[in-house]
Formats: sequence, C-alpha cells, structure tokens
Amino acid sequence: MKVTFPHMGNAWIVIQALFEALDVEVVVPPPTGKGTLNLGTKLAPESACLPLKINLGNYIEAAAKGADTIVITGGTGPCRFGFYGESERQILADAGYDFEVVILEPPDGSLWGLAQRIRYLAGSKNSWARIVGAVRFAYEKSVVLDQVEDLVHAARPRFGDAVAAEKLYAKARQHLIEGTSYTSLHQVPLRLAQAIRDHQAAGGSGDKEPLRVGIVGEIYTILEPFASLDVEQQLGALGVEVDRSIYLSGWVGQHVFRGLAQGYRPLRAYPRLAKPYLGHFVGGHGLETVGAAVNFARRGFDGIIQLLPLGCMPEIVAAGILPRIQADFSIPIMTLTLDEHTGRAGLQTRVEAFVDLLERRKSGRLKRGSVLSVAGK
Amino acid sequence: MLRENEYYLGVDVGSVSTNLVLLDERERVAQTLYLRTMGRPMQTIQEGLRMLRSEFSQAHIAGVGTTGSARQLAATLLGADVVKNEITAHAVAASRLHPGVQTILEIGGQDSKIICLRDGVVVDFAMNTVCAAGTGSFLDQQAARLGIPIEEFGPTAVRAEHPVRIAGRCSVFAESDMIHKQQLGHSLPDILAGLCQAMVRNYLNNVGKNKEIISPILFQGGVAANPGIRRAFEQELGQEVVVPEHFAVMGALGAAFLAQEQLASQGGSGAGSRFRGLQLAETTFQAGSFECSGCANRCEVVEIFEDGQILARWGDRCGKWSAANKAVALSPHGAGKKTQAGIRA
Repeated sequence: MKVTFPHMGNAWIVIQALFEALDVEVVVPPPTGKGTLNLGTKLAPESACLPLKINLGNYIEAAAKGADTIVITGGTGPCRFGFYGESERQILADAGYDFEVVILEPPDGSLWGLAQRIRYLAGSKNSWARIVGAVRFAYEKSVVLDQVEDLVHAARPRFGDAVAAEKLYAKARQHLIEGTSYTSLHQVPLRLAQAIRDHQAAGGSGDKEPLRVGIVGEIYTILEPFASLDVEQQLGALGVEVDRSIYLSGWVGQHVFRGLAQGYRPLRAYPRLAKPYLGHFVGGHGLETVGAAVNFARRGFDGIIQLLPLGCMPEIVAAGILPRIQADFSIPIMTLTLDEHTGRAGLQTRVEAFVDLLERRKSGRLKRGSVLSVAGK
Repeated sequence: MLRENEYYLGVDVGSVSTNLVLLDERERVAQTLYLRTMGRPMQTIQEGLRMLRSEFSQAHIAGVGTTGSARQLAATLLGADVVKNEITAHAVAASRLHPGVQTILEIGGQDSKIICLRDGVVVDFAMNTVCAAGTGSFLDQQAARLGIPIEEFGPTAVRAEHPVRIAGRCSVFAESDMIHKQQLGHSLPDILAGLCQAMVRNYLNNVGKNKEIISPILFQGGVAANPGIRRAFEQELGQEVVVPEHFAVMGALGAAFLAQEQLASQGGSGAGSRFRGLQLAETTFQAGSFECSGCANRCEVVEIFEDGQILARWGDRCGKWSAANKAVALSPHGAGKKTQAGIRA
C-alpha cells in the first residue's frame, strides 16, 4: 500500500509527518502546478469546483510515482466537499486509475467505523498508543506551521524585498519538515522570528506601518497559494499584512478532532459573531466567513478580501451578506471569484486597486485626524 | 510647476485601444491619441511616440504614467515614473476633471467597471469577472454583423420608437435573440436600442450589483461614445449620466495626473523623470518568453529586448527573474546593460 493525499498549501508537511511516524509508505504528490490543473480539468465535470480539479491532478501525478491508495477527509452539509472522496474514486476509476479511497470520517456517525479505517491505514503493527502519539505530533506540527505562515504574513510587507521574505519562509518550511521532536518543532518559529529581526536590524525594512487586510472565504482557496494565485504574496508585495479567517490547525481541530483541539486560530467564536447576519450553518465555511469578517471589522482591519471558488454555494451565501457588514462597519470588502480560467492580470488589477483604495482612505483619515489634533491644542 | 513646452505623458495600453495624453503646464489636455492596439502593444506605443514627436518636436516630457492591462510593459519601454492599475487611473482623472463625482460607469473594450467615490476618495469598485458580455468588443462584433459602422450604432439606436427586449445575459444568446427579432421584422433602430438596454441591464445586474449609484454619474471608456447606451443608462437609473469630454482616454489622463502627483512629491529631492525619451520611437523592441524550469510552477517568463539587449523580465511567481530586473526597470537609461550579467547568473 502506497498512500497519497490531495495537496492543500503546506498541509502535506503535516500529513507526510503523520504517515512516516507510523511507517506507512507515503507518496507526496508533486507540487501543484499548471500541469496538475490541466490533468484534473480534463477529467472533472466542467462545473465541478476548483479544488476537485486540482485534487484529481494531484492523484494522477502521485499515481505516476506509485501511489495506489488515497486518503481524504469527509464533510457534511450542503457543500460538495462531502462527496469528494466518492466522486473522485469514480472519476479516477472511469479514467483507468484503480485507487483505493479511504475517507476519514465516521461513516453514518459511527466512530467505530472511523477507527477501523484508521486501523486499515496504520496496519496491524502500530499500537493505538503509537497512532495517538503520531496524530498528536502531526497536529503540533500544524500549529507550528500556522505560526510560521503568520510570521511570514507580517514579514512580507515590512521587508520591502519580496525575495528575502520568501527565502526565510522556504528555510523555515525546511526546518519544519526536518523537525522530528517537539523541541525541534518549537525552535522553528523562534528561529524564523530571529531571522526576521536580524533582517530588519540590517536595515531591510521601512518604518511605515503596513495596511492590514483580512482574508476570508473557502478554506482550500485560502490555504493553497496556487488556487488563490498567490493573493497573500501579492498583497505582501504591495505592503499589506494579511491575516486569515482559517488556518490549517484550526480546521483540523474543528473538522477532524470535532472541536477537541482548537488550533492556532480557533473557529469557535465565528458562529456567535455571525449571528446578527446569519444564524445557522450553511455548509462549508460560509458561517465562518461571515463571522470572521465581523471579527476583522471589529479589530480595526483596513479591508477584507473574500476568496470564492466559482460555484461554491456556502461562499455565495456569505458573499450576499458581506455588503451589509461592509455598510455596518464601513470597511471595504472585495470578493474575488476564482476558477481555472481566472487570469493573474485581472486579479492583480483588482488587488492593486483595492490596496490603493485602502491607502487613500487611510491617508484621508489621518489628515482629518491631524487637523483635529491641531485644533485640540 | 511646468514651463512652456513641458508636458506630462499618460499612456493607457488596453486590450482594444492604446491611448496617449499630453497634459500641459496649466493642466490642460494638449493632445489625445486613440490608437488600436491590434495585439501589438509595443509597436503601438512606438507609433504613438512617433506621432507625438512629429507634432511636438520641441516638447520636453517632465513625467510619464502608465496604466491599462499592458501597464508594466509600457512602463518598462518608456521608463515610467508611476505605474497604476486602470481603476485608480480612471478614478483620478474623473475626480480631477469633475470634482464631486460620486459614481463612475466605465465600459471598455473587454472589461467594464463601476467605481464609487465619496469626498473624492474611492470607497468601492467592481469589475466584470468571468464574463465579458456587454463590453465594447461585443458591440463591435454586432455592428459588423449588421453591416453598420460602429460610429452609427448609437445614433441609430437613439432613433428607436419601441425598443425590443433582448436577452442580454450572455453575448451568444443575445446574438441569437437579436437574429430572431430581426427575422420577426423589427426595425434596426428598435433592435439596436433593445441591445443597448440589455447591455445596461446586464451591467447593472453584474458589475453594478450591490453598489450605491448616486449622481453626479460619469460614463467613460470607449463605449461612452455610444449615445444609445448612455440613454439606456439614464432611463434605467432615472438620473442624468454625464459623458466627460475626454471619455475615451480617461485612463491615460489619470496616468498623466498621477505622474504629475508623483513628480511633485519627489520635487524636493531633485530627481527628474525616468522617461527614456521620444527617440524610443526608433528603437527596436522585441519580446520573447521561456518556461522557467526552476520549480513545479513552470512560470512563463516574458523577456523584453531593446536592440538585442535584455531590458526586463517578468511573469515569475517567485521573483527570481523580475527581482533581478527591478534595478533595470527603475534605473535611468543604459543601466540595464550593467546589470545584465547579474540577471544571467
């Protein structure tokens, strides 16, 4: 058995660590690229959502490296992600790829069924204690990964040198991949923070306080830079610090551990924050998008960008609500619709214009503020 | 402050047209050029420079701004002082020429946008996303199919007595619906007016959705030349829609204003414009591209050559190539050759 899984940003680092700790042979799909999407687009129904198309491409590229078993999590509610595992299995079978697909979810709510699936993957040689230990360590890795990503979000706009920030990011990721003990894991963000401080001390940054933009929306598009056309990196290059509604460990905590763990950025508060606008679950992360938008607005962010993969129902619901939040908190909100046809140039134009808008708003506010403070004296 | 014969140059290189504007010392528009890009942006820019040079042989260009989808290309070629997206450029031009404007409707060759301003500051905007139904190219196409010059499209539509209702959600369906209405025997003006209304409905339902459209409203972009569309907007919105004098070149005008702002802000530092001179019209520019094999992204990197020498590269996600040419694009003419070895390494 050679296990593979779909890519989602840096999640592969965590998943690879999990399987390797259990001595399960794992094939990490080659990094998602144009070729991946082309493979997936050929097989997927035209109206399927973008993540499904990229997933299929990942599997086919992994098959070329010998993978024969796919692991994917399940989902509930009116979001098509719940059908991914089964529909991907059928699409691949029709195309002549005979994959075993293991969906990590409690079948019909049966935890015993879930345990059996985990046991199937882990084989008989692993004790339950070892499995739990490996899962805990992988989870810790995901929390550290989120810390690393957040530090990079802060470094990008302050560096002024786009390449330097990406270099530090790549280095930290490498440390994270190599980390095999809790101690070495916890060193990673500390070392990255130190490297950032060193770079700044060497005069590698301006003194301008960056604009802050909150990214909300569908989780895959947020976490996978290929799907979002590097929107975080683009914003960073324009001098904007970003924060996300969802990080990997928060999603793992909520989705896989059913809230038993909370992750780096807990999702728990979002339904309550969303309440005045949306009082119930709408599938996917629509509710979280609304709640997170309220959260960013309250925290005084300069703007919010929603990432919506074309045809994503939960995010369409949220997109219909966001204009009310925009009006109530007078915070600019922009929705970016993404699919395989989205051009980089069009996205860049919108992002640049949005940042211009935020900058001009801010400088206008500051001017008015300084007039008031002069009058006060 | 500019002396006589000094100008700011704004260049807007879009999908359909390339526009150049010269702004004189009293912020008056001294010249506007509206050229068809025809898929050859570099040659079109050079053509524009040639025309400017023959007419303004004594002119000194004090600053250059570029905008439009080929803004980066234009900036590299010209040595621009400021490179801005077209949304900001349109907003700047509109608010400088019509202070107090609150809504800008803009329909160009292949895109359409709406910009909302309050107190002279952009507060909201939208741009057509996945569909280009109802932009200039579609009108061009339909005019050609009906065998009328695009200039007569609007004036003919305005003569309509009973505009027919045409499905405008999709340009393919709109076309078949139009053909159907023609076969039924409706008059040409009625069909054209119906098409204008369909386009406006589509625009307001897509781009204009959830946007507060308050007067004063400006209508700009190439399609604003069409009085039929303007009239349809006025009927649908129930408010007056103003078409500014330089509606077709507002992007370029905005870029010129931004260049002026930029030069004014660096005025104290004594740094002049980075403009590389009108003689660029005679230089040979070439574009090439290659697929970078550095990683799985396989970015298509574009290279611009000037007289056989590399001028700039871009298109890479990681910044490996474009970061190296930053020094080239931003440095005065000639410095590109020095850093060339650095790029190759």
